[in-house]
Amino acid sequence: MRVTIRLFAGLHDLAGAAELAREVPAEATVGTVWAMLVKEFPALAPYASSVSGAVNADYARMTSPVRDGDEVAFLPPVSGGQDEC
Amino acid sequence: MGYTEVMLLPLLHVTSAPLALEPLVRAVTAAGPRDVEDRPGPGAVATFAGLVRDVNLGRRVIRLTYEAHEALALRAFARINREVIERWPSVRLALHHRVGTLEVGEISVAIAAASPHRADAFAACRYTIERVKQIAPIWKREYFEGGDAWIEGATADPDDQAARQEALRRACA
Repeated sequence: MRVTIRLFAGLHDLAGAAELAREVPAEATVGTVWAMLVKEFPALAPYASSVSGAVNADYARMTSPVRDGDEVAFLPPVSGGQDEC
Repeated sequence: MGYTEVMLLPLLHVTSAPLALEPLVRAVTAAGPRDVEDRPGPGAVATFAGLVRDVNLGRRVIRLTYEAHEALALRAFARINREVIERWPSVRLALHHRVGTLEVGEISVAIAAASPHRADAFAACRYTIERVKQIAPIWKREYFEGGDAWIEGATADPDDQAARQEALRRACA
């Protein structure tokens, strides 16, 4: 099956693309898609512990299944901000 | 801006157009369906504008580019709005975030919180910006003298209750 992968901010830079279409195995999960990406773009590997996933604009766990035609997004940590009271 | 135009302005918005506080103030204070519920109208509006600062991490900033997952950002804004109403039921909130390239001094995020009383307006406004910083899937790339870099922080987990409590603490609520 085929999914659309969207990459944001630093991930987008490291992979050199904001959007990719890829064939993934049936039974694939968000984690499977991430592992395939890291294989293709090893520079993404350091994000393994901080990346968040979303399927069709809804946050998803790495164990969440993906279906044919889904949009799977990978999100690096957000900018944050440290201003105190 | 007339009533109809105010009503056409989305309260939660991600846009590449320049931001201003005044339209948000009008939107959250405009008379609306809520007034038939026999509840008090606004007595206070607290606003916040986040600007592109000229210095960050000791570097002279030239401009920023904001990138968002727009659909997810709007869902995050809707979640923040729900949290605000849960904690401060009288508050009416507007929250707009800009994307694209911004120069120093431009508004990147605009918030207006209206309430019958100022304490709730101030607290809701502060809570909102803290939650935006925590959970909105919006990233900034900083262009500074000598280079550029994506600015990244903590992992965005909308269900992290500790983060929500921290935002409440910062809102002094």
